[in-house]
Amino acid sequence: MANSTTDKTKTAPAESISVMSVLAPAVGWLIPGAGHLIQRRWIRGLLLFASIVTLFLLGLAMQGRIYRANGGDILDMLGFVGDLGAGGLYILTTVNDWGQGAIAFATADYGTKFMIVAGLLNFISIADAYHIAIGKKQ
Amino acid sequence: MGTVSITLNHFSAATVFALFASIVFGITHRETTREMVKYGLYCFAMFLGGALVAGWAMWLLRR
Repeated sequence: MANSTTDKTKTAPAESISVMSVLAPAVGWLIPGAGHLIQRRWIRGLLLFASIVTLFLLGLAMQGRIYRANGGDILDMLGFVGDLGAGGLYILTTVNDWGQGAIAFATADYGTKFMIVAGLLNFISIADAYHIAIGKKQ
Repeated sequence: MGTVSITLNHFSAATVFALFASIVFGITHRETTREMVKYGLYCFAMFLGGALVAGWAMWLLRR
């Protein structure tokens, strides 16, 4: 069988491990949207920052509860993972002992979910910042 | 943050959630500005519309 000169198999381009591909996700975790800002995606970064931070702060203001790594039941652990996604906001909240509400009413329950979702949205934002850093996205 | 307290009704909470989640989804799931805006609006409609549909479905089940 002759070698095909029209063989069009392509190998995927290797991901370049650059400083930015590590820095952008790290900074983006710490400050929502910052991973985009340091890559000069100003509008995207600011919108991500505003959305995630507002959602988190609204959750706190609604007397939502922040989860900690205390090894509770599986839902508590999932809540902790979600909250951890908010990065610097989570650190700020735990250091100041905020978010210790008892979720005694519906609004507080929504607040708790708002904070978890803010963290999860930041995980998505971090992934997007990484893709921009490795050139997979403009 | 003991001094600041906000109370949102169910619909307001759903709208706020849908708004910010849609903004993030639009930005992170599409490439061009136009596509981002379009997808963000689509997500917003799905989030809010889905909540309304689910609410009415639960009402029907409850009946």
